[in-house]
Amino acid sequence: MLQGHQTWVFESKPVIISSAAIGGPFEAQGNLAKDFDLLHGDIWLGQDSYEQAEKKFLEQACETAIKKAGLKKEDIQFFLSGDLINQIIPSSFTARTLAVPFLGIYGACSSSMEGLSFASLLVDSGFAKNALVGTSSHNAACEKQYRYPTEYGAQKPPTAQWTVTGAGAAVVAKQGEGPHVVASTIGRVIDMGLSDPFNMGAAMAPAAVDTIEAHFRDLNIRPSHYDLIATGDLGKIGHRIARFTYKAWTRHPDREIDRLRHFNVQRRPTGLRRSQWLCLCCYNYLRASFKSYAKRGTKANFSHSHRCLALPHVLPAKGNHTLHCPCSINRNVKQEADVWKSLFWHLSLVDLYV
Amino acid sequence: MEKFILAFIVGGSICVIGQLLMDGLKLTPAHTMVTLVVSGAVLGGFGVYDDLVKFAGAGASVPISSFGNQLVKGALQEAQRTGIIGVLTGIFKITSAGISSAIIFGFLSALLCKPKG
Repeated sequence: MLQGHQTWVFESKPVIISSAAIGGPFEAQGNLAKDFDLLHGDIWLGQDSYEQAEKKFLEQACETAIKKAGLKKEDIQFFLSGDLINQIIPSSFTARTLAVPFLGIYGACSSSMEGLSFASLLVDSGFAKNALVGTSSHNAACEKQYRYPTEYGAQKPPTAQWTVTGAGAAVVAKQGEGPHVVASTIGRVIDMGLSDPFNMGAAMAPAAVDTIEAHFRDLNIRPSHYDLIATGDLGKIGHRIARFTYKAWTRHPDREIDRLRHFNVQRRPTGLRRSQWLCLCCYNYLRASFKSYAKRGTKANFSHSHRCLALPHVLPAKGNHTLHCPCSINRNVKQEADVWKSLFWHLSLVDLYV
Repeated sequence: MEKFILAFIVGGSICVIGQLLMDGLKLTPAHTMVTLVVSGAVLGGFGVYDDLVKFAGAGASVPISSFGNQLVKGALQEAQRTGIIGVLTGIFKITSAGISSAIIFGFLSALLCKPKG
């Protein structure tokens, strides 16, 4: 049911009954390595191309998520997936393997939250009993797609982020154990004219703030409704800009702004990391990291992430333990005379009950 | 010793120009490279680049701008020998060693190695 301008409230509160995250070697060295179901030391996964390797990542994530839900792939009614490669081929080929009715989606960074929103919509409306959502990304395949082939070794400034190698999947069902998806806010594309492909955080931050604010406006709640509003995709710089903008726009007191926290999955001595799969892990984070976060209470300091990111923005709330997960998206839309122009938007905040 | 210092200063300055093009003017790596090649070609056409090579040695002959200079030099030399068609036949004459070795060694390493991402 629509509430406000752009927020869907799911009355039946669909459940994320299982989730899985598969990562590559870089993620294996990251801060959140223990939250992955499977980590690979080789980005090829024994395949002939990076694209095929990405497909493998996604297949494994889907298989793991289905298995953890105690289901068989024949039990899955719909599969929604998106990625960053042309014609979303990793998703399409995974759909071939799964042989489940498939809805392909594209939302760049927001694909995972877009999928989660649609899956919840399907389940909530009664058009499906369950749905599998997934998303994937592969550093070498994606960098070649929208920046430079990694072999070229183009210089990257310190603001540049790192596209994740990995995949995530989750099963959304009508009933079961797990976080509930309560609401989803669909964000607008906000283009404030940033055209630097090596500073995605700054380009995405205004959209992030716009969506988070829209969520609070539509649901008539304040940031203090949540224990934590986590951002990952924005990176260190984008996160700072988002906090600043958020403060300037909303004039919320500092203690509320402080709920905006930053997570990173990857660790490296220099430079920022971001991933556009940001939300891949989110599925798992929702369950693993945030559980431990909730245990430690809000004092736990996740914001130490100096490099950047990877999750969507997720928030477990206090009293009712609501998790919130706005997701950011960014997308290089067109190439004008070799200069990438980037448009970014931010989509879908998802409330989840733990 | 003086030669090394000169080469370092001149070669380093060309690299600084490239870095400034990327960071200051926000040129892409491809644009930066082409800008340097074209600048080298223009300087070569006026005969300035060879003086720079004489002055700084490897400091001027190793950076990519030297490639532009060599393209123009090869074209002009061949044009003097065989006329206007020489511009077309001579353009890769001097640079052919560099281009061919890039192709051959690229091919060989592609046969033997796999990129690691």
